[in-house]
Amino acid sequence: MSNKTTDVEPPALIGPGHSLASVTDKIADMVLTKRTPLGWWLAIAVSGTFVGILGFTVLSLFFRGVGLWGINNPVGWGFAIINFVWWIGIGHAGTLISAILLLLRQGWRTSINRAAEAMTIFAVMCAGMYPLMHTGRPWLAFWMLPLPNSMGMWQNFRSPLIWDVFAVSTYATVSLVFWYVGMVPDLATLRDRARNIWVKRAYGALCLGWRGAASHWDRYEIASLLLAGLSAPLVVSVHTVVSFDFAAGIIPGWHTTIFPPYFVAGAIFAGFAMVLTLMLPLRAWYRLEDFITERHLQNMGKVMLATGLIVAYGYAIEGFMAWYSGSAYEQFMLTNRLTGPYKYEYWSLLLCNILIPQIMWSKKARSSVWMLFFVSMSVNIGMWLERFVIVVISLHRDFLPSSWGMYHPTLYDWSMFLGTIGFFIFAFSLFIRFLPAIAIFEVRGLVPRGPARPGKSTHH
Amino acid sequence: MSHEAPETTLSSSRPSSPRMWRSLAEFHGQEPFEQKLLREHPKQTQKSFDPPERRDFLKLMGASLALAGVSASCTKQPLEKLVPWAKNPEQLLPGKALFFATSMPWSSGAIGLLVESHMGRPTKCEGNADHPASLGATDVWSQAAVLGLYDPDRSQSILYRGRPATWSSFMDAMKQTMTEQAGKQGSGLRVLSQAVVSPTLAAQLRELLAKYPKAAWHQWQPANRDNARAGAQLAFGQDVELQPRFDKADVVVSLEADFLSSTPGNVRSIREFTSRRKLRGGKADGLNRLYVLEGRPTCTGAAADHRLTLRAGEIEAAARALASKLGVSGAVPAPSGAAFAAWVEAAAKDLSEHKGSALVVAGESQPPAVHAIAHLINEKLESIGRCAQYLPPAEFSGSDNAQSLATLAQDMKDGKVEVLVMLSGNPVYDAPADLEFGVALAKVPLRVHLSQYRDETSELVDWHLNETHFLESWSDARSADGTLGIVQPLIAPLYSGKSAHEVLAVLADKPGVSAYDTLRENAKKLLGEAEFERKWRRAVHDGLFAGSAAAPVSVSGRKLEVPAAPAPIGLEIAFRTDPFLHDGRFANHGWLLEQPRPMTMLSWDNVIQLSPATAEKLDLETSDVVEVAFAGRKLTGPVFVTPGHADDALTLTLGFGRRKAGNMGNGVGYDAYALRTSSALSQGSGATLRKTGETYALATTQEHDKMDTNLPENLREELSPVRVATVDHFRENPHIIKRKEQENTSLYADRNKGEYAWGMVIDLNACTACGACVTACSAENNTPVVGKTEVMRGREMHWLRIDRYFQGDPKNPKIYTQPIPCMQCENAPCETVCPVAATSHSPEGLNDMVYNRCIGTRYCANNCPYKVRRFNFYLYSDYDSETLKYGRNPDVTVRSRGVMEKCTYCVQRINRANLAAKKEDRKIRDGEIRTACQAVCPADAIVFGDIKDPKTAVSKLKAEPQNYALLEELNTRPRTTYLARVTNPNRELES
Repeated sequence: MSNKTTDVEPPALIGPGHSLASVTDKIADMVLTKRTPLGWWLAIAVSGTFVGILGFTVLSLFFRGVGLWGINNPVGWGFAIINFVWWIGIGHAGTLISAILLLLRQGWRTSINRAAEAMTIFAVMCAGMYPLMHTGRPWLAFWMLPLPNSMGMWQNFRSPLIWDVFAVSTYATVSLVFWYVGMVPDLATLRDRARNIWVKRAYGALCLGWRGAASHWDRYEIASLLLAGLSAPLVVSVHTVVSFDFAAGIIPGWHTTIFPPYFVAGAIFAGFAMVLTLMLPLRAWYRLEDFITERHLQNMGKVMLATGLIVAYGYAIEGFMAWYSGSAYEQFMLTNRLTGPYKYEYWSLLLCNILIPQIMWSKKARSSVWMLFFVSMSVNIGMWLERFVIVVISLHRDFLPSSWGMYHPTLYDWSMFLGTIGFFIFAFSLFIRFLPAIAIFEVRGLVPRGPARPGKSTHH
Repeated sequence: MSHEAPETTLSSSRPSSPRMWRSLAEFHGQEPFEQKLLREHPKQTQKSFDPPERRDFLKLMGASLALAGVSASCTKQPLEKLVPWAKNPEQLLPGKALFFATSMPWSSGAIGLLVESHMGRPTKCEGNADHPASLGATDVWSQAAVLGLYDPDRSQSILYRGRPATWSSFMDAMKQTMTEQAGKQGSGLRVLSQAVVSPTLAAQLRELLAKYPKAAWHQWQPANRDNARAGAQLAFGQDVELQPRFDKADVVVSLEADFLSSTPGNVRSIREFTSRRKLRGGKADGLNRLYVLEGRPTCTGAAADHRLTLRAGEIEAAARALASKLGVSGAVPAPSGAAFAAWVEAAAKDLSEHKGSALVVAGESQPPAVHAIAHLINEKLESIGRCAQYLPPAEFSGSDNAQSLATLAQDMKDGKVEVLVMLSGNPVYDAPADLEFGVALAKVPLRVHLSQYRDETSELVDWHLNETHFLESWSDARSADGTLGIVQPLIAPLYSGKSAHEVLAVLADKPGVSAYDTLRENAKKLLGEAEFERKWRRAVHDGLFAGSAAAPVSVSGRKLEVPAAPAPIGLEIAFRTDPFLHDGRFANHGWLLEQPRPMTMLSWDNVIQLSPATAEKLDLETSDVVEVAFAGRKLTGPVFVTPGHADDALTLTLGFGRRKAGNMGNGVGYDAYALRTSSALSQGSGATLRKTGETYALATTQEHDKMDTNLPENLREELSPVRVATVDHFRENPHIIKRKEQENTSLYADRNKGEYAWGMVIDLNACTACGACVTACSAENNTPVVGKTEVMRGREMHWLRIDRYFQGDPKNPKIYTQPIPCMQCENAPCETVCPVAATSHSPEGLNDMVYNRCIGTRYCANNCPYKVRRFNFYLYSDYDSETLKYGRNPDVTVRSRGVMEKCTYCVQRINRANLAAKKEDRKIRDGEIRTACQAVCPADAIVFGDIKDPKTAVSKLKAEPQNYALLEELNTRPRTTYLARVTNPNRELES
């Protein structure tokens, strides 16, 4: 048996020939190097332009109103909510990797968790802009918070939007803290290696006086575990609550109990796709093949396949329930998806989210960077289309044919969407330039010579 | 975009030379002169909310910041003194509305109104229940009257050749002119009026003619009663008007008479007709039957039990066939193989079985022969004196409009006219195209025009006199049944306008005599000197002279001798007035422009309607722009494929394409008057169409015509939004409509803890979709006008909409309509989802909408299954136009950007009644609260009240077997329910 086990031993999580020092050198140099890669400047320039466009869009919305978007009656929610759900979903992979995989002691997570967590933070920031800006009077959006006020008004706790406020803000807070706490030892490493006094001071301030003492490590481990414990339910809860925005509604296509699990699976599906979309170029540009190995890619491919199948099951159940419910409106909802004016969007969704990810059954495909990138892009698009289908197709034709309508996104819908993508890339570029994109101390734990410290995350 | 100073200043006085023009385009007021002029006009609601240029925004922001600095440091507000009322005028209490009676004049007779006034400002018109043309209800135009009064685009001064002038200078000028004319016995003097229903005005005109015997009084109104009166002459040799009594008719045949739509004088006919469509107590007694022959779908056709689509020109043949079946002398039988043979046979049989209670009515657009046939059939059916009464016409002067205007135009061209005084009207825009009225007008040395707007005619005259609105002036007006009503001003003229009475007083050399004095003089003749003051006050209070209705005239039919008109050859072209803009006089009323037309659901445009088959034959689709050529004239306009339209026929709608209507109405649609000639005022044949290859975007508020496309075959009858049964089925089982009672499966406890539980019932069998309720809702609730661009994006703001569905064969479909206000659900899906509790349930069961609290997530609108919530995507309410502010209902918040709004069951009216009841320590009486839509409904189809009390009218209706809730399977438990449509088809025609 043991012989056979060696045969199917998965590829190593770190390239051969790495020492503790070489790992630190390699990752820390990405930050401390004086030579900023030209590609980085290019990314900042392009994404920065889109951040500017985002700013203009937000100001326009603020001063002139959400009428700039294509929303109308009956389609009261458009790109804003589609993108909100999309971004929140993307964020999920980060939390899953950092929390659940930590608790499950999946060692392969170490080299991708930092970037994935950063991705979560930026994705949640992008997501958070939408609910705020989509309100008719964003300057009063703080009324969604339970603040004492002279009107004696309290929130309506029956509204899923209020649950959303709590779910998303909790999620953002916990993710941020988790990400930051996880970075503290590495920030100390950067402080120690920095030559410029100002850089040294900056990292010194950020690392909160980390000295690497055993007591520090002890507390760090406890804190990580606690935060992971806090985050783990969030992976399930946030998108469950987001799905309630729809599931608690009465509109056919919304009013369904399959949504919570199906949204969570979809979020992980989308999140892993986005991790791959970001990591594959990063891995190539920064020559990180030793840290983000084929085994990482394989695993991520498998997760995509698994969650993709859950999502496919969700679609199937939606169709089944439309028929089984006996509700004329539910049945029409399905017919309208398949044959209505937005049928291309729905068929593209099935293609992107169900058909194309089946490529991942092949080990060869899972090992191919290009194939993985192709599938991950397809899932990114597919998951966006899924939200489009849920939000727009359900709303545009509901019960009374007299009030049916169409939704056409405007320039401002697109500029806000592209603007948040720009913001995301902008923030991510800043992150890989100024913060350790891979957890140095955790990857050091993977160096075959044995654990550098009495860490728990290294052996399995 | 540079903003150079406009060349023509219209409101400020500036000495200048006679009007100069640089090009013919400018002379005729085309672009860009018109643009400049537009900028001069005060702003009304923006036509669209298309984004302004970013640069403009920055410029304005910079400028306003700079100016803010200047004004803060260098200027001082002028001193103004506020003087309190030491003694308050009687009855005037801030916050408390007063109602005054007045009348709105129309060509077919005036409608009596009670106008709500707040602190001296009229804000809303209601019907005058004592007035025979109103019976408490109103039409769309009386609802829009307040908007017309406060329209910032109204003419605000007297102009002499385009320059501001004064009333006294006009009087001086006229004095000189009239002295000249006196020498020639007025041979060069012509007065052109619209239809005159005011006896005072008629007396003044006659007095003028007596003084200047060679002068002439002409009249022109593009939608007139010429055909009807000529028809009566043919049939009886008498100038009489048919006053149908639909309440006494069991069977009604309409020969394109659109008496249930938004047409002048419809209020009474709708009330009387629908009084026979209401099923009460589970019984179907007294249900009348309506047969309609028409060329395009109208509200009347939609309400019909049997509707047959025929081209307008073919209706005469059908009418003759009907008459021949009924044995009218001189009628010819139907040609063999006529499409209408079976239909006519069945209708004739039905009519003859209901002698004395059968009625045939003909439409204004049908030729005199058809009217004559209708009259003769009525005589044959022994209906005269029963359900068909003949009365003297409400109009004074019996002259034929078309003839009268043609004579005038000829005289003008021949140079016989030296002075032309036009009292209202806009002949340059709406005269038949072949008369070339504008050209003829140029030959008149002195042209005077009294008008509320600086319209197409005003720009070609010497003297433009700004006219008073009927809410600003004294007058009197006869209604269709002869009752004399008083037109009482609600407010002093906003712009020192003058009424026709005052202008005629000047012509008659009695300057300084006010309309009020003239009116009282005439009233003295009517009321007698004895106790005049008391009687006069009574009349003013009531808004009418009681007992002044005309006595029916006895008539006897002659043999029908008019030869049959030839059937239309080729493509027929028909000109019809718009249901809301009418002949174009309301073209600047934002509410009316925006309100979707009942049958086409179109707003902001007129179209060229044709049938699906004709469209297919000509390879046309809705929105294709075509060039229509008719009698050597051409115009282009967009096609609109209309189910239920006659094949090989076009319908063009009048009233659009105004060049000088005002900011709202300019350039909306195409001008169908360009093709309308004297020989084909209503319809003609031989039009041709040419596809231009262009398309034109139209704004419809309803894109789907069928009500059950989302339902499987087996559930269509059960789940359709409009539930329909025939009277036979209903008699067999009155509960045919009723479905299994829905259990209340809410998790929440029943919350109706209030003293009352408000509810509403809408009787779909009575509603004719005339649209008065929608306009009334806008007027009552300050709903904004959003413009065509926004309507196209699905952002219209009507709190109450009237859905329209077609069913069956597109050639002759069944048409159903359904008004949809907020359902005020007891388990309201909107309430649970609002994160900030901005919409919540009141103890009395209303879904209250708290604008102040709303942050605009729009979740409530998404979750509303009825889609009745409306969102302010932009700042739609006009915060700038000062005059419009006067017209708003002070009891209703003007909503700002970013908040949701919806029907509230007129909660302000509920609260008003609540306060009154509390002060008197009693309960609110049934019927004390009437929602705006209910109050104006000519059909009385909307009933509102307390459903907790089983004795109220609304509770009784809810107990009717045909009462049902829309989408009740969703368990929303709507407080608004519907009474199903129960049709009364003739079994012989049912296939």
